[in-house]
Amino acid sequence: MRYTLLLHYPEESAETIGADAIAQGMEAFASYAATLQAARVLVAAEVLQPSVSSTTVRVRDGVLRVQDGPFADTKDQLGGTIVIDVPDLDAAIEWARQAPPVQWGAVEIRPGATHTVEGVWVANG
Amino acid sequence: MSHPDAQAAAERAARASYGRLISLLAAPTRDLASAEDALSGAFEEALRRWPEVGVPTNPEGWLLTVARNRQRDVWRSAATRRSVPLEDHGAAVDPFADLDALTIGDRRLELLFVCAHPAIDESVRAPLMLQTVLGFDAAQIGRAFAVPAATMAQRLVRAKRRIRDAGIPFAVPDRRLMPERLPAVLEAVYGCAALSWRGGRDTLAGEARYLAVTLATLLGDEPEAWSLAALTTLTLARRADGGFVPLDEQDATGWDEDLIAEGESYLRRARSAARPGRFQLEAAIQAVHCERRRTGATSWASLRTLYAALLATAPTLGAQVASAVVTGRIDGPDAGLAALPTAVDDFQPYWAARADLLARAGRDATEAYRRAADLAADPAVAGFLRRRGEARTGTGTPSRHGTEHT
Repeated sequence: MRYTLLLHYPEESAETIGADAIAQGMEAFASYAATLQAARVLVAAEVLQPSVSSTTVRVRDGVLRVQDGPFADTKDQLGGTIVIDVPDLDAAIEWARQAPPVQWGAVEIRPGATHTVEGVWVANG
Repeated sequence: MSHPDAQAAAERAARASYGRLISLLAAPTRDLASAEDALSGAFEEALRRWPEVGVPTNPEGWLLTVARNRQRDVWRSAATRRSVPLEDHGAAVDPFADLDALTIGDRRLELLFVCAHPAIDESVRAPLMLQTVLGFDAAQIGRAFAVPAATMAQRLVRAKRRIRDAGIPFAVPDRRLMPERLPAVLEAVYGCAALSWRGGRDTLAGEARYLAVTLATLLGDEPEAWSLAALTTLTLARRADGGFVPLDEQDATGWDEDLIAEGESYLRRARSAARPGRFQLEAAIQAVHCERRRTGATSWASLRTLYAALLATAPTLGAQVASAVVTGRIDGPDAGLAALPTAVDDFQPYWAARADLLARAGRDATEAYRRAADLAADPAVAGFLRRRGEARTGTGTPSRHGTEHT
């Protein structure tokens, strides 16, 4: 079963929390990815640029509305996603509790519904 | 065995097989709703066929086979995206005739851990157990939790969908996770018991005891599970029909001797624990109260020791209030009043205990009795407290009053 770990955390930079803290965070992410890979559960992982660089689009009344900024303007932002393929929620919780952002933000575990394989949608499970 | 006992035993047996069959049917797909549909279909089929062809040698095996066939039919029709007429299951031939019902298996323990999984909302864990393990319907559960049937049904449906969609596993946590997961299961079973503490054998209190004993038996060697089994059994032993009578005014000779002996035997199984847990201490407190049946007196000193340990382990408001009542019995009502917790607002046991201690001290308890009566969820308890309050206003003299220590 595929789960996406949605990594929510405050957007910090070297200016706000210091270069050392940023470096430690990157190290933690590197070793987490290596651990997931070694356990053969990692499907994909991506850490996102800060939400100021985000663009949100909607179509209302047939008109495309492009908005500068993230979907929701909150203290914690979606900072990255990790897709894992594991047997069940307990396994997903085990991996989520090792994700570095649990220490400074929150990790949301969302079961996948469908995903593409070679461009074709297939059901999760 | 009297008729109501025989009926209760039959219902108990049906409950046991209901939970066992649901746990087996739901485990592979985690789909409780489809397991329930399949099993109720199998029950309907049994009602139709058994009068014609006779009851199979192994009714449980028969029901499981028919329910599994029904599930398979549903999956097949979903897979082919067209409705397939239900086949004849050949159910007159019992494929499990020679099979011992006990070897079919039992995944009720896994089911209990599913119901109390941390990803399931706390308020729906006990209702889920009552429905999936014991087969109560949403209307019955709603009544017990004072929630409209439709609301309860919706909560249960949502929780079951979540179990399926989030992929909550039918698994007993390993040794490492057990300390994290077991308390929620015990808490939910305790929740079933607590909501009907005053009920008799045939109400939810009896069912909570059944759940607790089942949990302890299936886990085998978990002191807190045996303690909860002891706690629910000893509490049930003191239940009597009729109006509310405070614990220390109850006629101990009317308590159920067999249940007391059974509860005590569970408590002995729990005592291997190096450090007694919350439920072990609560069960020990109940055992001290039950001792009165043999000795004719309550050992307040033992209660003081146990409450001190309970307050160190699980300092709940209820335990603080009950502990103050014990202090009141040993050191006098003024000491008891001083030991009561502060900042309690609408906590009913606090006002009941305060009223009793004030009355024992010969002080004005009218207001405390009124608040205790207003806050009581049970009309029998409210009526009792109101009568006590009024009796005092009338005479103006202190008299002996009791209070519940649970």
